Amino acid sequence: MTSNQVLSEVEYDVVGKRPVRPDGVDKVTGRAQYGDDTNLTGTLRAKVLRSPHAHARIKFIDTSKAEALPGVRAVITAKDLPFASLSKKELGGEYTSLKFASDHMMASDKALFKGHPVAAIAAVNAHVAESAMALIEVDYEVLKPVVDVREAMQDGAPLLHEDLRTNDMGETGEKPSNVATHMSYSIGDLDKGFAEADLVLEKEYTTSTVHQGYIEPHNTTAFWNSDGQLNLWTSTQGSFQVRGTVASILRLPVSQVKVTPMEIGGGFGGKITAYLDAICAVLSKKTGAPVKALMTRTEVFEASGPAPASWMRVKIGVKNNGKMTAVETEMAMDAGAYPGSPVMQAIVCAFACYDVENGKVDGYDVVDNKPKTAAYRAPGAPQAAFAVESLIDEICAELNMDPIEFRLLNAAKEGTRRIEGLVARRIGLVECLEVARDHDHYKSKIDGPNGRGVACGYWPNRGFQSSVVMTVNYDGVVSLLMGSVDIGGTRASIAQQTAETLGIGYEDVKPTVVDTDSIGYTFITGGSRTCFATGLAAINAAEDVKSQMISRAAKIWDTNEDDIEYVAGVVQHKSDEELKLTFKDLARQLATTGGSVSGRASVDPSGEGNGYAVHIADVTVDPDTGKTDVTRFTAVQDAGKAIHPSYVEGQMQGGAVQGIGWALNEEYFFDDSGKMMNPTFLDYRMPISLDLPMIDTVIVEVANPGHPYGVRGVGEVAIVPPMAAVGNAVSAATGNRMRSLPITPGKILEADWENGKS
Amino acid sequence: MPGVTQVQTTLNGEVINFLCEPRQSLLEVLRDVLGMTGTKEGCNDGNCGACTIILDGRIVDSCLVLGVEAEGRDITTIEGMASPEGLHPLQQSFLENAALQCGICTPGFLLASKSLLDQEPEADEGRIRHWLAGNLCRCTGYDKIVRAVLQVSKAK
Repeated sequence: MTSNQVLSEVEYDVVGKRPVRPDGVDKVTGRAQYGDDTNLTGTLRAKVLRSPHAHARIKFIDTSKAEALPGVRAVITAKDLPFASLSKKELGGEYTSLKFASDHMMASDKALFKGHPVAAIAAVNAHVAESAMALIEVDYEVLKPVVDVREAMQDGAPLLHEDLRTNDMGETGEKPSNVATHMSYSIGDLDKGFAEADLVLEKEYTTSTVHQGYIEPHNTTAFWNSDGQLNLWTSTQGSFQVRGTVASILRLPVSQVKVTPMEIGGGFGGKITAYLDAICAVLSKKTGAPVKALMTRTEVFEASGPAPASWMRVKIGVKNNGKMTAVETEMAMDAGAYPGSPVMQAIVCAFACYDVENGKVDGYDVVDNKPKTAAYRAPGAPQAAFAVESLIDEICAELNMDPIEFRLLNAAKEGTRRIEGLVARRIGLVECLEVARDHDHYKSKIDGPNGRGVACGYWPNRGFQSSVVMTVNYDGVVSLLMGSVDIGGTRASIAQQTAETLGIGYEDVKPTVVDTDSIGYTFITGGSRTCFATGLAAINAAEDVKSQMISRAAKIWDTNEDDIEYVAGVVQHKSDEELKLTFKDLARQLATTGGSVSGRASVDPSGEGNGYAVHIADVTVDPDTGKTDVTRFTAVQDAGKAIHPSYVEGQMQGGAVQGIGWALNEEYFFDDSGKMMNPTFLDYRMPISLDLPMIDTVIVEVANPGHPYGVRGVGEVAIVPPMAAVGNAVSAATGNRMRSLPITPGKILEADWENGKS
Repeated sequence: MPGVTQVQTTLNGEVINFLCEPRQSLLEVLRDVLGMTGTKEGCNDGNCGACTIILDGRIVDSCLVLGVEAEGRDITTIEGMASPEGLHPLQQSFLENAALQCGICTPGFLLASKSLLDQEPEADEGRIRHWLAGNLCRCTGYDKIVRAVLQVSKAK
């Protein structure tokens, strides 16, 4: 029996309901305008020439033959970017960050991964641009690449950046290294903690490079107008982020760049980086025409930002009664060509589900010859959880202890001090574990070639800046403008919070996502922050509207504002029952009492509520082929408050399934030259409908005190537990402990052979 | 520059003519020549199903068909799914069941689902999952999509 449950303690009129999203009809009829649907008159098409080598010095580039091809309007290389004409002296402390940002977009001296842009062409159509690519001559000095995180850390490994030195907790290393950063946190007394333990286990884990796998490839259209204004229509999770990146690379004031976020076809963190925007902008400046680019799927795999591969060592000590006494981990993640892997989040999240007195975590951010990694849903946490939650499963087996009871015994709760020093506020891990323990799925019997695994996961969730403006129309309908890109239903969830706060109907709020000239700074749709932070901005803006509506009523009734109250969408006099107006009736009088009413708010909240999830997975492993099928899956998650439960369930299900893919199938295969061998959806195998059961969900609601309706944010933590849950289930089914992702049929059979089973 | 060919085809019930180069895919023709951008490009190599259309009653990836091959054929795209009277029951069901998040794969899923239920009005969950295996969705985990199709199916 499959099901989706919501365990609500507080009910509202609009919040918590499941209305149809405002952008829904456009999206089921094909009318919604995504980035690549932009078509300005006279638009040229751009193609990017990319390095065929994973590591090479660029000696020279000859573009003359390509430029001479009929239909080609412009060709650019890194020489056309501002960085090329700025000296180290001029740039000072900014030199390295600009070099990395500019070179990432288009390589100036070295190609650092296969697919690294080296030139770009604008032509009358994509076919001509493609033909012209073959006419560009690039002379490369091919260098030895390194595409393994641990190899890249060794002395004598090929160096990517001659001047990169390790930042070791603030100390700069003496010689060049691929290790960009080493960071470390500790709490308590590690030696004492391990000495107190009755059982200490220590294992190593690895995970492979994986991709977010959004279905819409990166795209952008740029038009650099003759008045100097640069306009971009693009697919992004953060229009202001694109504006900032482009302005910085092209040395423009931010207000000279206007970014219009088009509908976005998936991102999961991968559409924060601006890959094509500055390239198309420079081509537009050169040609005087709009320039559009769309990546091929292979370009998306090879040259956007996947999630890092990792190597992790985890050590845990426990008493015989299951109480954890000490934890330790070392984690290394490959950032790809430029520093910035999410290893910091990985080590912070690693043990955040547990209340342990003694612990130490170390993280290494390492560059290698892969595309620069980008965020992918709870960046860093899924790898860390795979390692930690797998080792805990082994400990539970050794202690003969139920894995949920073990976790309940050690669970983090309000007041738990985490390893990085922060103290947990009200969190819902215990509630999630109790729900999982009592769930029909967990209580059901499992046997034969089947196995069951459980795991939990943590993600802090984010706040950051958001802006909202809302205007009351004279018919009482509220136009709601926001800077947050809607990637999976936030128009609906922000409109619901607005309607609830104003005491009006959901259908009386019309949300619109607007461009960077039309709203205040708004951080990316990411970090599970939008429903929380933009929601807070909407609530505050609605409160602003309410107080202005009270002023209008005071004017109409010729009375004091203090005598008036706003209750559930009705403005009324506190003592004179005759004087009351509904929101709509009052809206009709705005024109004659001073004109339109607009509410606005910009927020930068710090009251985000941490997210916790517990997943239960059942699998069947075919003993002959090693193929694993997930037969039942239940996701339990604390949403704080589910504003739109269907979209919360969608996040839980989508995250779980991405995690199942990460657990069983997905990985980049690199050959010795650093070339990705599987850059298509045929060979990079993401889950299809046939692979999966229904994904059962239970939404737990432990209200976040930092939000009026209790919202925590839900998008990311759903991908944290599934790899360990599936891995633990495979281990239960086969008796083999899988410590390397993905858990392919080959690895399962190999483990069987090693154990002499077949 | 290659020459252009005139092609006559039936698109969403209407006979139309267009000019295209032999190297242009039907996906490119729909989007760039005819301006019908409801059909989406996800991979351009037949592996994601975002550009699914119905061609003479069969679902195909329009990126794998040449524009010139549309001569004399009958094509349904997402733009032809709703009628002036309203949405197709599948479109309505996708909305009510929250079967889309980003929406980029939605046109392809809708046409593939329509094609299934046109031929097999009583398709069950297993049949639906099998039929939709050529369409990738990365947001939903397929659960709500399968439920949306099941709701319209007459399978009980």
